Parts: sequence; C-alpha cells; structure tokens
Amino acid sequence: MEFFVQQLLNGLAVGGIYALVALGYTMVYGVLKLINFAHGDLFAVGAYLGLTLLVSCHLAQMLPPFAAVLLVFVLVALMVALIGYLLERVAYRPLRSAGRLSAVVSALGASIFFENALMLIYGARVFVYPDFLRPDFTVTIMGFSIPGMRLLVIVVSIVLMVALQVFMLHTRVGAAIRAVAIDQGAARLMGINVNRIISLVFLIGPGLGGAAGILVGIYYGQIDFLMGWSYGLKAFTAAILGGIGNIPGAMVGGLLLGVVEAMASAYFAVAWKDAVAFFVLILILIVRPTGLLGERTADKL
Amino acid sequence: MALLEIEDLHVCYGRVEVLHGISLQVDEGEIVTLLGANGAGKSTTLMSISRLVNAKSGTIRFDGKDLGKYQSHEVVGLGIAQSPEGRRVFGTMTVEENLRLGAFLVNNEAQKESTLRWIFELFPRLEERREQLAGTLSGGEQQMLAMGRALMAQPRLLLLDEPSLGLAPLLVKSIFQTIRRISENGVTVLLVEQNARAALKLANRGYVLEVGNVVMQDTAQALLANPSVREAYLGG
Ligand SMILES: Nc1ncnc2c1ncn2[C@@H]1O[C@H](COP(=O)(O)OP(=O)(O)OP(=O)(O)O)[C@@H](O)[C@H]1O
Ligand SMILES: [Mg+2]
Repeated sequence: MEFFVQQLLNGLAVGGIYALVALGYTMVYGVLKLINFAHGDLFAVGAYLGLTLLVSCHLAQMLPPFAAVLLVFVLVALMVALIGYLLERVAYRPLRSAGRLSAVVSALGASIFFENALMLIYGARVFVYPDFLRPDFTVTIMGFSIPGMRLLVIVVSIVLMVALQVFMLHTRVGAAIRAVAIDQGAARLMGINVNRIISLVFLIGPGLGGAAGILVGIYYGQIDFLMGWSYGLKAFTAAILGGIGNIPGAMVGGLLLGVVEAMASAYFAVAWKDAVAFFVLILILIVRPTGLLGERTADKL
Repeated sequence: MALLEIEDLHVCYGRVEVLHGISLQVDEGEIVTLLGANGAGKSTTLMSISRLVNAKSGTIRFDGKDLGKYQSHEVVGLGIAQSPEGRRVFGTMTVEENLRLGAFLVNNEAQKESTLRWIFELFPRLEERREQLAGTLSGGEQQMLAMGRALMAQPRLLLLDEPSLGLAPLLVKSIFQTIRRISENGVTVLLVEQNARAALKLANRGYVLEVGNVVMQDTAQALLANPSVREAYLGG
C-alpha cells in the first residue's frame, strides 16, 4: 500500500508537470488550430533560464531558498512568456493567412532553433540543479510520509491549473479566449481583438511551460537540452489524450499519463513506461477518438 | 448626413468579384432592408461593414468616419453590431456568457446590467434559459440570443442577417415585432431578409440586390407595390 501511494504521488507530480506543458499545446491549438511544436522547447528554455538565475546570478546565495525559488519561478515564467509572445509574432503571425502547412513547418523550424540555441549557449551536457533547493522535509499524511518535494510539485501545478481555470471561466478576458477558440469571426463581431487574444495565449501557455521547466529541474535535479523534445512529446500526448483544444482535458490527460507511467514503471518495468503510456493513448483514442473531454477530432495539425 | 453611407463598394473573394460597386445609405433611426436572392451579396455587404471582409475599392462611412481605416473590433466600438447569418452563437458557453461577450467593449457595469434587463424584456425566453448552453437552444432561441448578443454592445446601428431564417411563422412574426421595438428604442437597423414581404412591411426603405448590383431602391411601400418586386420576391 505504501509503495502504491508513493507511486501514485510520484505519478501525480510528473503528471502535473505534463499537464502544465500540455496546457500550452492545447490553448494554442484552441485559438489557432496549430500545434506549436516549439512549445516543448520553450519549456526547456524555462528550465535553463531557471538554472542560470539560480546559479550564475547567485540568487540562491542572496536569498533564502524558498524566496529564491519563488522569485525564479515568477521571473522565468515572465521571460518564457515573453519568448512565446515573440515566437508568435515572428514565426506564426506573418504566416497566418498562408496555408496551415506553412505554419507547421515554421513551428518545426522554431523548435530546432530553440534546441540548437540551448546547445550552443549551454553545451550539450546534462546540467545539475542546485540540490540545496530541494525541500528536504517530509509530510506525514494518513500514516504515509510524503517527500516535501513531491508535495511541492503537486501543489504548485494544481494551484497553477486552478488559477488558470478560474481565469478562463470567471473573467471577461477568459471568456474572450474561449470565444476566439470557438468562432474567430463571431468573436470579432463582439469587438474582441483576436490578435491580442492570440498574443495573450502565447504569453500564458509558455509562461506555464517555463514554470514547468523549473519544476522538472527541481524534481529530478537535472536537465538537458533535449528535454524539450521528450517532455514535449509526452505533454502533447497528454493534450491529445484529454482532447486537444480542451483545457480541463489537458489537465486530466497530463495527470492520467503521469500516473499510468508511474504505475507501469513500478509494477511492470521502467524500460516499458513510455510504451505503456502510448499504449494507453492508443487505447483511449480507439474508444474515444476525440480524447477524454474533447468534442472534435484533432484531424488537422 | 446619413448614418451609414456605402459608395461604389467592390468586394472580391479571391479573384471573383461578388459586389460590383454597390451604394446605399441608412439614415439615423431608419429601418432599411436589403433584399435579394441567394448569393446576391447581402451577407457580404454586412460583413464588409463589420470589416470581416475587406473591400477592394469603394468607401463605407459610418457617422462620417471611413470604416476602411478601422479594424473589426474597432468598428464595434464605433457603434455597429451584427447578428450574423447562421446565428453563430458560442455553443459551449451559456446564454448569459454569450450575452456578456456581446458587451465586451462596454465598460460601464451599470449600463451593461440595464441593457441585459432590456434584452430579457425583449426576449423573456433568454432569461429563463440563462444558464443553458447556447448550443442546446432551439433555432428560434439561438436567433433571439444572436440578436440579444448584438444589442448588448449598445449599438447605434444594428445589422441583422436573416433573423427569420428557419423559424416557424408565429415566431417570425414575433421576431419582426421585436425588431420594431428595438428600432423604437432609437437603434438604426439594416435588415437582410429573404422574407421580403415581412421585411418591407417593417422597413422604411429597401434596396434590391441582384448578383452584386443594387438594381432597385425605394420606399418600402413603393417596393411592395412594384410589379417586378412582387413577381421576383413576393411570390406574384
Ligand atoms: N468566403 C467566401 N469565399 C468565396 N466566395 C464566397 C465566400 N462567401 C461568399 N461567397 C460568394 O459570394 C457571393 C455572395 O455571397 P453572400 O453570402 O454575400 O450572398 P447572400 O446574398 O448573403 O446569399 P444568401 O441569401 O444565400 O445568404 C456568392 O456567390 C458566394 O458564393
Ligand atoms: Mg447571406
């Protein structure tokens, strides 16, 4: 039982990270019907920027660990959001009226650009996150002692997801984002500036992705320049699993994928965890082609 | 000066020109109807006014301002709202959310609430279904919602694209009565209709569009009496 609960929590932590990244894919798909292939790389950029701020800028020495992590979270989220915003302006907006395929090619190009930029700037080796940041307390809940770090990742990702949901469902701008995703033309007739909304989505998605990058650094203690690809693929899978374009779907899909993976590693074999994860994806898509919460098929890239 | 003034408007989709230089005017307080067969270019005209379609040449002036210089969202801010063809309500959002989106550019909360109350007076059905998802409304209810949503912007000019399409005769009658009430409230209306007889009975003036050209314009009464209009649009 202890083992099961620990694996479940581990799965939720990893799943929370997948979910945060998946939100970026799904929100962009919602408003532009485009898979932003560079999104995973923005997440990696977040992990690296976090590392730089913590190590090179000596933030970790100047502030208590908790404050340093919090500050870095906010700064990185803002910086990655800005990069996401610029990405849309430079790589996607000029192609808005061109065919969908042009935008896909542009997205792949942007992904390669970010990967190479990370490799050139930081080098192609694994980087270690400062480990004094890792919370070393444990919390005992119902007789299970839970590592503080695991709890931290779960709590942070859930808080961010709840905040996003509140924003989307209960604010005027959140409603405008949903409207643009449903019918851009009708949204324009409401007086909504669609370009502004798309920019906003490219701030929110990458901002959450950047935050997730730091969570990975803290949780696993190490990062590498290809993490954008591996996590990006998982998060993309999570978004499809939940129904691409659907925000709660990305959340559920991410958490589910994380838990399935954790269980597969624990009770089957670590080497098979990705295979099991994709097997689940295929199974769910056979039963529900639109994903768990989706209404439409992701028939277009 | 007319509230809305269209001059020699040409519009193309790709390389096909569908409006070949139309001109029309709507004065403040009027109800003007735009009649024409399928594909004549009525919706294209309304979409050009709302700036969802770009003109190739010609000018559209609203309250003296050249709309060519404005983007679609700014046009709403100037005071033009549209209830588009096919309703296009936001199906996965509630009736109330749809209505509030209509007031996206209205900052004054008190005004927003009083407009909402007025719309619920015009369409009591919408108030009953406030929390219902728009996509699950009946066709007639969706039409009411599309009109109410446009009114939430507190427009000076309301563009209505075939509000009676697909509605039962009784409901058509009530929709036309509602348009009259909206007009009596000081909103100028440009009404696109297939239902020519009802539209002409309601309107002050009318234009007849044929394959991208205005072929006739007159007072509604004169058009109702006109033999060629009777034959082509009023079923003889
Ligand atoms: N997005 C588009 N792309 C290409 N052609 C279009 C487009 N929209 C409309 N058209 C064409 O432009 C012409 C005018 O269309 P429009 O929708 O304005 O007609 P309408 O008078 O509103 O017709 P209806 O009564 O059927 O609604 C038609 O020939 C139509 O096929
Ligand atoms: Mg039409």
